[in-house]
Amino acid sequence: MTTTRHLSPARPAATGQRVTQARVVRSEWTKLRSVPSTAWSLLAAVALIVGFGALYCVLRVTRPPTGPEAVAAFDSTAVSLTGVQLAQLAIGVLGVLLVAGEYATGTIRVSLAAVPRRLPVLWGKAIVFALTTLVLCLPATLAAFLVGQSILSPEHLDISLRDPGVARAVVGSALLLSAVGILGLGLGALLRSTAGGVAGLFGLLFGPQLLSGLLPAAWSDKLYPYLPVPAGAAVANVQPDSAALAPWPGFGLFCLYTTVVLALAAWQLRRRDA
Amino acid sequence: MIEAHGLTKRYGDKTAVDGLSFTVRPGVVTGFLGPNGAGKSTTMRLILGLDAPTGGSVTVNGKPYQRLAAPLREVGALLDARSVHPGRSAYHHLLALAQTCGIGRSRVDEVIEAVGLGGVARRRAGGFSLGMGQRLGIAAALLGDPATVILDEPVNGLDTEGIRWIRSLLQGLAADGRTVFVSSHLMSEMALTAQHLIVIGRGRLIADTGMEEFVARAAPGVVRVRSTDPAGLAALLRSREAAVSQAGDGALAVSGLTTDQVGRLAGGAGFTLLELTAQQASLEEAFIDLTRDAVEFRAPTTGGAQP
Repeated sequence: MTTTRHLSPARPAATGQRVTQARVVRSEWTKLRSVPSTAWSLLAAVALIVGFGALYCVLRVTRPPTGPEAVAAFDSTAVSLTGVQLAQLAIGVLGVLLVAGEYATGTIRVSLAAVPRRLPVLWGKAIVFALTTLVLCLPATLAAFLVGQSILSPEHLDISLRDPGVARAVVGSALLLSAVGILGLGLGALLRSTAGGVAGLFGLLFGPQLLSGLLPAAWSDKLYPYLPVPAGAAVANVQPDSAALAPWPGFGLFCLYTTVVLALAAWQLRRRDA
Repeated sequence: MIEAHGLTKRYGDKTAVDGLSFTVRPGVVTGFLGPNGAGKSTTMRLILGLDAPTGGSVTVNGKPYQRLAAPLREVGALLDARSVHPGRSAYHHLLALAQTCGIGRSRVDEVIEAVGLGGVARRRAGGFSLGMGQRLGIAAALLGDPATVILDEPVNGLDTEGIRWIRSLLQGLAADGRTVFVSSHLMSEMALTAQHLIVIGRGRLIADTGMEEFVARAAPGVVRVRSTDPAGLAALLRSREAAVSQAGDGALAVSGLTTDQVGRLAGGAGFTLLELTAQQASLEEAFIDLTRDAVEFRAPTTGGAQP
């Protein structure tokens, strides 16, 4: 019988085999890459960034802006990066699923029993997911930009990566995608359910704009740039926009919102029964 | 070694575990027995630090579980066989677990072979039967070669061969000097596996004894006796402080006397005996007797089924 013959007798726990943050990161990387649906969703998000951007560029080329004012207002970078907005939702939802899925399947108890201090699991997931999305999205936004500009160039609507603010917008869009992923991950950990996490994510991304619309115009105009989505989107602005925050402060504010959600999730993870 | 002191867990106004104190010692299989809803799984979650106790404390090898530096190396646990991502393979499930404390890939392959999942380790765990899930959960528990093994209802969903396998596995682990703590709601299964028993009902400790003492104390022997004159014999035995009841087919069920005593009394009074046998109440009956007042959910018994 295959019983305990493979196992050596009981002995005190070996030293040097402690749980460390680096080991938990490696474990979370194994978890992320070993569920095929997660890998496919990430690849789909990347395809969305490039594909949708290219599609929109084709659309704009068939109906090019007319008149000098419209041409001046035409934001070639934003047009080629249109897919980022859709990919944000996909990556945010994937972030929710990454944690809420563990609660749904009960694997969270296995994970937390292996790492009883708990927080390394949350940090491990966040680090792995942030880096993975960044590594995938950075080439994707660059590809979307380059493909888009090559489509726009026959109409002389294209812009160069060396023009002011363009490279920052391309890199910033990838960073924003990563940050939205972490926001979703934090919401999944905080609310512990897929439905709740997705609702929370959409609520945070779209709710504030709707609510601010109910305020008097003077207030809502002042408030608007500080709401999560407008603040985050500022990093991708190439043309100066007086109604928006400066690119990096805007992105920083979005990261601050994400950090608050992640901190709440960490506090709940420590406090609540698994 | 697992030690619980006044362990209490309340969820809202429902008390799941109520002042539980016990010690699980190494070297024997300790059965953790109780009806459904008795608080077994809650107790196990408390041991593993997944739930925080409302009161009291529990330690593993003298430390609260949260303070173990390499928990998988000290405690291996199976809580729920379905706690696997359905899209992930058994191999990757175990690998991710092993990596949290630097256990190598060769050990992952080793435990997969040891539980007999070698052929399916690379397949999606979502397609596993409950029995395969149990084997995967046991592989996870053995991964760190721990000195303490905690298994919640490990025989659920296993076939006869699987049940025999787990029985010898548990006894082998105990023989190695490990602490083995196994819950079940089936007394008959525990009777064959465990040497020590901790019985709880409604979150409270009912018994903490060796298996043999439990059987002797909870299930006193009953003597079955058939005679040509049951009424006369019953009267005689009752006069000697024995409890006598009709066993249905003309036989008497006598408790409080041994077969020797019943035989001598009957012979001395000139009764003709047709049958005289000692009957040990089954362990299942003993368990049901013991936990009768502590059963949380019970179907209403129909009149005909009443003994």
